[in-house]
Amino acid sequence: MKARPHLDSVLAAARQLIIPSLAVLSAFVAGAVVVAAAGFNPVQTFAALLDGAFGSGINFTETLVKSTPYLFTGLGVAIAFRSRSFNIGAEGQFYMGALAVSWLGVAITGLPSFILIPLLLAAAFVAGGAYGAIPGYLKAKVGASEIVTTVMMNSIAVQIVSWIIKGPLQEPRHFYPETAEIVNAAKLPVLVPGTRLHLGLVIGLAMAVAAYILIFKTVLGFQIRAVGSGALAAEYAGINVRRNVVLAMAISGGLAGMGGAVELLGVTWKLYSNFSPGYGYSAIAVALLAKRNPLAVILTSLLFGALATGANNMQRAAEVPAMLASVMQALVIFFVLGYAVYEDRFARYWAERKPRDRGPHAAAAGKEAAGSNA
Amino acid sequence: MVPLYALETRGITKRFGALIANDQIDLTVKPGEVLSLLGENGAGKTTLMNILYGLLRPDEGQILVGGRPVEFRSPRQAIDLGVGMVHQHFMLIPAFSVAENVVLGMRKKTGAVISRTRLRSSIREFSHRYNFDLDPDARVGDLPVGLQQRVEILKSLYRGAQILILDEPTAVLTPQETGDLFRVIRHLQGEGKSVIFISHKLNEVMEISQRVTVLRLGKVQGTVETSATSPAELAKMMIGRDLAAPSSPRTGGYTGPTLSLQGLTVRREGKEACSGISLDVWGGEVLGIAGVDGNGQNELVEAILGTAPVASGRVILDGRDITGKGPARAIDAGLALVPEDRQTRGLIMDFSIAENLILESHRAAPFRRGFFIDEAQVNRFAAGMIQTFDIRSGGGASAPASSLSGGNQQKVVLAREISREPKVLVVMKPTRGLDVGATEYVHRRLLEERAKGKAILLVSSELEEIKGLSDRIAVMHRGAVTGLVWPDVSEEDLGQLMTGAKTMLSALGPRGGGEQ
Ligand SMILES: Nc1ncnc2c1ncn2[C@@H]1O[C@H](COP(=O)(O)OP(=O)(O)OP(=O)(O)O)[C@@H](O)[C@H]1O
Ligand SMILES: [Mg+2]
Repeated sequence: MKARPHLDSVLAAARQLIIPSLAVLSAFVAGAVVVAAAGFNPVQTFAALLDGAFGSGINFTETLVKSTPYLFTGLGVAIAFRSRSFNIGAEGQFYMGALAVSWLGVAITGLPSFILIPLLLAAAFVAGGAYGAIPGYLKAKVGASEIVTTVMMNSIAVQIVSWIIKGPLQEPRHFYPETAEIVNAAKLPVLVPGTRLHLGLVIGLAMAVAAYILIFKTVLGFQIRAVGSGALAAEYAGINVRRNVVLAMAISGGLAGMGGAVELLGVTWKLYSNFSPGYGYSAIAVALLAKRNPLAVILTSLLFGALATGANNMQRAAEVPAMLASVMQALVIFFVLGYAVYEDRFARYWAERKPRDRGPHAAAAGKEAAGSNA
Repeated sequence: MVPLYALETRGITKRFGALIANDQIDLTVKPGEVLSLLGENGAGKTTLMNILYGLLRPDEGQILVGGRPVEFRSPRQAIDLGVGMVHQHFMLIPAFSVAENVVLGMRKKTGAVISRTRLRSSIREFSHRYNFDLDPDARVGDLPVGLQQRVEILKSLYRGAQILILDEPTAVLTPQETGDLFRVIRHLQGEGKSVIFISHKLNEVMEISQRVTVLRLGKVQGTVETSATSPAELAKMMIGRDLAAPSSPRTGGYTGPTLSLQGLTVRREGKEACSGISLDVWGGEVLGIAGVDGNGQNELVEAILGTAPVASGRVILDGRDITGKGPARAIDAGLALVPEDRQTRGLIMDFSIAENLILESHRAAPFRRGFFIDEAQVNRFAAGMIQTFDIRSGGGASAPASSLSGGNQQKVVLAREISREPKVLVVMKPTRGLDVGATEYVHRRLLEERAKGKAILLVSSELEEIKGLSDRIAVMHRGAVTGLVWPDVSEEDLGQLMTGAKTMLSALGPRGGGEQ
């Protein structure tokens, strides 16, 4: 009997995965139909996709490299969601973080990496954080919908970047529309020689754990969740709703900003237009698929990274346009949102079936698992 | 052939994990009968009704409607067979009109487009038949609770309900509205419809029903003819012991005033909700606020808490001016509040019981340790509260508040507020939804807090509760205090004060204590 509660909590966790897995599975089935309709062999196509993402050591490290920006932006969006703020602005915040380090990473010279890199990441956190805090503040203060303001601020960020890379921060020869390459000390160290896998992944994983602790173990996280789940009751309990909304948006923006910085310091070393292929937008799906759980974001960002990496190989090997990978991403988002609607019904069905299916003896342990899971 | 029973259950059993919420329930309802269902908080009443309405499926047992075995997979099937239900917590869409709410989710009988005019006239007709006095075009959110409930009832009747389940319908009603509801129930009875009526108020049960079935710990304790029983006997069946008369330990004396409202005026949406209210609540006294709901009580409480805009006047708590400073300041100064609406203001339904119990106190030691929340402390505290306040949760302290029965949700709020050892305790309808045993307990706890020298402001529309607990009674009418009287005031005077027919300010301070 001793093992039961443990087993059951594992089962309960597994149950959390059912809906997201179904969503992904459905996306692949629908994707297969699309691929077939476009005149390609779905089996070959998906084989190429999988091979491209996981087929070799080098491919896998590429997947991890691609996953990293999704990880940061996904974490950011997940935290904002916890306070019931729909941060659609991770894209702009991502750019702001990148912008900050594209400037400071060139301007600050003479510092060793172990001081410079943390300094740059902190600056990116502040830049993205401020950029997220503004819509948070507008929401808290005058009730402006953060959905609208963050989208608008995304456009502003993109415009600022496209001006800056041709203006004040353009590379010294004023030839390319991009910033100068950052100093060597600012570049994130490579983890596996011969690959592009850089320290950013480790930083991202640390941030996921930190975000989990923040949300579930700290006073601030308690308040953010309270505000998100029951703003009125939180207010009655003396929790400052506005302050927590602004803070959640700031942290959210900070993480997205850090993501932009990590991408720049680890991969591109400079800023140019279309620096982000929409990491900040996909982040919404990454966070939803993970059910706003920071640890689960690790898995869902890996999925999105794999899709992006596999798509390239799909194009090369199966000659399927990489555009289809974007279709796949869109399908995943579509199904994630679609299944979310049915989730409650599904959960209820499951909860009611369980005691009967498993007999009265298992019921006690099942209850505990459900409780600790809530 | 008319079947003997309109509705019958045989051996209904429902488990939630280890908890057996319904245990081999046999229940019968005759045609044209009002059957009351009595039982402690968490006895399994709502669960059983949800099963009858197709919201939950039983693990074992059978339901018979009109003598035929049926199996409900959804409320839709229940309603097709003539079973309707009005929930403890309403399920209306506030932004929709009465007519829209009534037809919402109905299977289309009229084709894809519902003719608005036809719908309106047929709803008007229905409403007329039962003396409902409902305007089909009114926005549900604008209606008072009593009328919202009628919309719920209308919804069921419109769908052809023959058996109507009312889960604690009177908990949200004024005595007047309860009278109206009873007239409706009798009318339905006259049409041969059956009603299952759930209430914790024994006098209501005695008045409206023909038979009473008592549940205890998920089992049927017994069924009795109402004419052959008494409230005391019912209480005993329900809680398994005699009900103690609420004793009131007398206090050492009065101190303060601890809470002082000075010329408080609250303006909301251009209207004056409270006009120049001056009241003192002394340490060691219970000041009751009586009045028909919606006469400024809510705004008064919110002004004390600091969430309503105070146009003029001051709120002084224990010598500190907290006017308009917000809940955090008020709480820090020593205020505790049990709000009327437990599900949106009192609790966070997704949060666990433990988390709800520290909703205010998580900010300080012992629950706070630096940036972190000390989970071990929280769990120890929650376990203690669950024990002390007899909160019945199948899943322990980590179960979400939403899994608790209505009365047990209320206990969580009370436990949290009382345990904070406040200087001033503002309680609104503290025993709403509580069974007689729990009501007795809460009343006793409130009197104990009074004996400890706390100042208690009790807002309730239940006169019995107000008169039984208060040292003084303030009566509110249209945002003003029309009366300040002793609890031995006559019902008649109280009624006139509540309608604003006269004013009477005699009890300006607690007896023999106001002079210091
Ligand atoms: N969805 C659920 N999951 C787990 N436990 C539940 C659930 N619903 C009800 N319970 C438990 O079943 C028991 C019976 O609850 P129910 O709501 O039927 O009580 P009740 O008699 O209506 O009480 P009250 O008078 O307080 O409304 C309670 O202990 C409650 O905690
Ligand atoms: Mg109930």
